[in-house]
Amino acid sequence: MAGIDLKRFHRAFFEESFEGLDTMEAALLRLDPACPDAETLNGIFRAAHSIKGGAGTFGFSDISDYTHVLEALLDEMRAGRRAPSAADIDLLLRASDALRQLLIAARDEQAADRAPADAIHAELEACLRGAAAPAAAPAQAAAADQAGGWRIVFAPHASLFASGNDPLRILRELAALGAIEVRVRDAALPRFAALDAESCHLSWDIVLRGDVTREAIVELFAWVEDECTLDIAPLAATVPPPAVAEAPPPAPASAAARAEAARGEAARGDGASIRVSTAKIDAMIDLVGELVITQAMLQQQATRLDPAVAEALLQGLAQLDRHTRHLQDAVMSTRMLPVEAVFSRFPRVVHDLAARLGKQVRLRTFGESTELDKSVIEKIADPLTHLVRNSLDHGIETAEARRRAGKDAVGTLSLRASHQGGHIVIEVADDGAGLDRARILAKAGERGIACEASSMSDGDVWQLIFAPGFSTAAQVTDVSGRGVGMDVVKRNIESLGGRVELASRAGHGMTVTIRLPLTLAIVDGMSVAVGDDIFILPLPSIIESLQPQEAQIKRVAGQGQVARVRDEYLPLVALHDWFSLPARPRAAHEAILVIVEAERRKVALLVDALVGQQQVVIKSLETHYKRVPGISGATILGDGRVALIADVGEIVRIATRAAAA
Amino acid sequence: MEAVNAHPAGAAADIVREFLTFTLGGEEYGVDILKVQEIRGYDTVTRMPGAPDFMKGVINLRGTIVPVVDLRLKFRLADVRYDEFTVMVILNVGKRIVGMVVDGVSDVVELAAGDIRPAPEFGSAIDTRFITGLGTRDERMLILVDIEKLLSSADIGLIGEAAAQAA
Repeated sequence: MAGIDLKRFHRAFFEESFEGLDTMEAALLRLDPACPDAETLNGIFRAAHSIKGGAGTFGFSDISDYTHVLEALLDEMRAGRRAPSAADIDLLLRASDALRQLLIAARDEQAADRAPADAIHAELEACLRGAAAPAAAPAQAAAADQAGGWRIVFAPHASLFASGNDPLRILRELAALGAIEVRVRDAALPRFAALDAESCHLSWDIVLRGDVTREAIVELFAWVEDECTLDIAPLAATVPPPAVAEAPPPAPASAAARAEAARGEAARGDGASIRVSTAKIDAMIDLVGELVITQAMLQQQATRLDPAVAEALLQGLAQLDRHTRHLQDAVMSTRMLPVEAVFSRFPRVVHDLAARLGKQVRLRTFGESTELDKSVIEKIADPLTHLVRNSLDHGIETAEARRRAGKDAVGTLSLRASHQGGHIVIEVADDGAGLDRARILAKAGERGIACEASSMSDGDVWQLIFAPGFSTAAQVTDVSGRGVGMDVVKRNIESLGGRVELASRAGHGMTVTIRLPLTLAIVDGMSVAVGDDIFILPLPSIIESLQPQEAQIKRVAGQGQVARVRDEYLPLVALHDWFSLPARPRAAHEAILVIVEAERRKVALLVDALVGQQQVVIKSLETHYKRVPGISGATILGDGRVALIADVGEIVRIATRAAAA
Repeated sequence: MEAVNAHPAGAAADIVREFLTFTLGGEEYGVDILKVQEIRGYDTVTRMPGAPDFMKGVINLRGTIVPVVDLRLKFRLADVRYDEFTVMVILNVGKRIVGMVVDGVSDVVELAAGDIRPAPEFGSAIDTRFITGLGTRDERMLILVDIEKLLSSADIGLIGEAAAQAA
């Protein structure tokens, strides 16, 4: 290894380890103590094992030592010598948390706080020592240690060589452990003419004598355990009839299980994937954006050509147009991740929180394969976590209260993702008590929020919980109820261009619906002309546009202008004033009013003309310049010019504040 | 380059640096060529709301949105025209890309450290804070500008406050 900088591989190791931890955690949560599924246990073991192996290879000895104990306990369970109890699973979950901390510290090259890890390490060891006695088959284990030998049946799959493993190496290493007798089974060997030299057709019966632990043998087969049928039995136990009884039945059973597991794996997504850094993908998206613009430019030029003369060229351009769109779709889709990436954290959140709150909760997730942009995924994780915690804390009642209300003692929390039009919809629904209208109104009164209790619709009342500092929790818990919540959720979702809706039925639970754009990189926009400049207004925020009559626009003393639109007076913002552009003297009624809405407040924007509707690629102004008030970004128009995208949320916020003042 | 090769461990005076020269209000300036990304003709600039007049706006530089500063306006020079001879120098300033409009770009000049003298206090269009020295070559005098410092300075306001503090 000399001369190779191992650091290069560290990142891959950490990435894989964190993934392994996630797998472990998910599997642990799936594990049912009543009837532990062998394949799930194996999965957990394998994850721990590869972290240990990697940590050992890269010299993170504290991590590999720690994982070793974890692995030993898992191995006991896997081998059926220990039935995993709920307490064990909890311990293992905490152990995986501690392992995560160690890994994070190692990744950031900081000294780890070893205290929690050491505590759990001790707990694991205590658990292991205690394990020997209550194990499922203590006699066998004990016998094994005294038998002084093992009978090993090692039957590699035909594809063993393809993974770079050499059975001979394993046999040699076995020989190093003690005296071995090896008998080869060559029944499966085909005739020479039909022999495929790259497949393994042999299997071996090995008798190993000596004071060797089972772990030591398993260790040797660690790299091939997925690629062979391996049966390790204590020598004494296998000599009598049980050998015959035991050996054959497990084989078909485990083969079937394996086949099933393989199918499961295939169903989970074909497996063939590569890691690509997001920077590369973003660069690709930029380039494709350029291509789209160039293509639009060519198209524009081509309209001047005589179709009779330039027929072939025009055909080519039409084809180019199609291909560019497809390419753009394909490239954009590389940034899409299944929403499972965030949903997968919730089993753990719900498990921990329900335990802490003393509630019984069942989590159901639907539509995990729904895809959305990676950046959206990253940004909805926190708001979603908050909603889930809220539901658990305030929504779902205690088992006792539920029984009294005649409901299933176990509450249900469902997360549901789906596509609807150009949006993705995520629902967080619980079957708890629902929102309490009276309590919300009382709280709003306390907070000095003006509201008319009798005339407000339920929908308006529910909106109150989005007010900053609003919490109806009877008591503040460390879970939620500090009142810094729903308003932040709403703001975060809105900053992604999404919306939050609430539905609630007293006694039946509530549903929070989040509606998000598929991607942050593209927005449907309306281009409007203001003098010589073009601005883009995001289409989702536009309600309508109209040509105003002179009488509709009124000047209110000291407060600027308002527009009367169907008996509603809206603050009027002339965009050329707003952006301090040289105005063209013209009567207001020659212009166009665009009514926009943000945060349920409307404002009328005065522009010169509507130019057209198009999808625009959002570019950041901040990369090379700075944030500009009232502008959320820029885009490049078909003719190569830059157009600014108006930040409707900010304009509405400032305009309505000015109007209210 | 030969001078450098002849004295591998040579004194600092032998190290030759290249400067792109440009004119601004009758004076000749030089910027480190390594900061220059490219030179372009002046074309459509999208103006930025609320920006000072010398901040011309932003352009599309092959898909990247790049701000453009007109130094002639910044330094209150008379006779600011935009025609087919108007050029902008695209510079790499820190991690940012910025376009700079000047009267004209002349050539690339090699200056050895020995050709560069410290700048005295004098009345050039550009504040002496941003001047690293005076270069002389063949009877020409070049005012060498620390373009990075100039464009990131608070009075150009190219960079948001938070970013300026971080930088």
